[in-house]
Amino acid sequence: MPPVDTAWRPSACWDTLRLRAALLATIRAFFAARAVLEVETPLLSAAAISDPHLHSFATVYHGPGPRHGQTLYLHTSPEFPMKRLLAAGSGCIYQIARVFRDGEAGRRHNPEFTLLEWYRLGFDHHRLMDEVAELVTLLLAGRLPLAAAERLSYREIFQRHLGVDPHRSTVAELAACAERAGLSIPPGMPGDAVDPWLDLLLTHCIEPHLGQGRLTFVYDYPAAQAALARLRPDDPPLGERFELYLHGVELANGFHELGDAAEQRRRFMQENAARQAQGQVPMPLDEHLLAALAVGLPACAGVALGFDRLVMLASGATALDAVLAFPFDRA
Amino acid sequence: MATYSTNEFKSGLKIMMDGDPYAIVENEFVKPGKGQAFNRVKVRNLKSGRVIERTFKSGDTVEGADVVDVELQYLYNDGEYWHFMDPQSYEQLTADAAAMGDSAKWLKEEALCQVTLWNGAPLSVAPPNFVIMTIIETDPGLRGDTSGGGGKPATLETGAVVRVPLFVQSGEVIKVDTRTGEYVSRVKE
Repeated sequence: MPPVDTAWRPSACWDTLRLRAALLATIRAFFAARAVLEVETPLLSAAAISDPHLHSFATVYHGPGPRHGQTLYLHTSPEFPMKRLLAAGSGCIYQIARVFRDGEAGRRHNPEFTLLEWYRLGFDHHRLMDEVAELVTLLLAGRLPLAAAERLSYREIFQRHLGVDPHRSTVAELAACAERAGLSIPPGMPGDAVDPWLDLLLTHCIEPHLGQGRLTFVYDYPAAQAALARLRPDDPPLGERFELYLHGVELANGFHELGDAAEQRRRFMQENAARQAQGQVPMPLDEHLLAALAVGLPACAGVALGFDRLVMLASGATALDAVLAFPFDRA
Repeated sequence: MATYSTNEFKSGLKIMMDGDPYAIVENEFVKPGKGQAFNRVKVRNLKSGRVIERTFKSGDTVEGADVVDVELQYLYNDGEYWHFMDPQSYEQLTADAAAMGDSAKWLKEEALCQVTLWNGAPLSVAPPNFVIMTIIETDPGLRGDTSGGGGKPATLETGAVVRVPLFVQSGEVIKVDTRTGEYVSRVKE
């Protein structure tokens, strides 16, 4: 007898799938009450994110039309077209988007997942953190008890958990810190770039402690990790970016958005150069986004929240398989 | 030998680290919100059995270990080495005491064993899960005791010692679970 196929079944239970639907309805009501407009943007784009740590799925369009034979990329987040809407005068917007990231699979990663992304005009990253806390608290009410939210700078979490200053430490100092923490040092860690060392320490030594019983916002990231956030001219300059953690799970990433087209182009080119240095293919820049920024992005803050992870925490699960109808290996 | 990308990591994969063969026990993908992703793995050293934690940058490659499991027939012990034969090819292989570990005491001639080979040489030997052996020595127990409680040590023909119920006597044949080292039952010849 052939083995019985049970992989056709959903891996999430019905209670969890009903919870997903209920949380989506709550999110839509939350934004409707605040007059934030729901939008939809293309999943397939001619441009792709250049961040060397993000890998876009690519496919080819076979026509008809001028794009015949063109390589198109599935988006890793709807950020670029949403910023084009903002520059075109949309006002505050949100989107519940399915996004795709190649090479990311594990307990807390599925190569496709649902992002809730929203932009608020006139907000800075701190005011947006207030709103994120309000929404997440509402979504978890009655499901996961939360103490008052806390805000810690990137510097504070490193000082608190490891006793080092992430903005001033050298590679040698961070390597010594990793040794003291008993970490196995991955082969091939660079001797000339601090960021992979900060990522190692953050993921192994700090993240598991963040957000225990409360929302923990981490803010003001090293300039090299600013991504699409504004830099605040400080000493050292800091990226006005934040991350939200709950029970050791990274839930959201937000920016006080960079509106400077020239600076954005410079960062994209720098990322593409880093890709090439690592033997990766450079990605086509989103010229539409850069043109929109040149016209003018209204001052705003934006955030992307991993919806599946939120459902995971709300349902008491510890892996994404428990909240997806069909995770990647059953897709 | 092949190399494996961290994207191919899964439990059971055999890799080389610091000159020793390891098997991946657990593989966790961790990534900060933005930035470098890592594979955090628990690996078992196939020589020592020790489990340790290691971290790799995601996307990096690791040399594979030429480790395979084969079923071999135990032939004899020459005082220093244990000799096995592949029942298909009749090829003979020898295992040293380190590879035998605790398994030697469960082996009777002709027993089929699961042997892990590293670069073609035995790295570890697992005896059959159940073995049938004759008791060569045990204290005479109380006749009529069938409760099975308590028990007494019994020495088997290979020298292994197991606890048996009091009613089991010298010269009897018993079945033993080698994974736990426990008596299972008497066997009628």
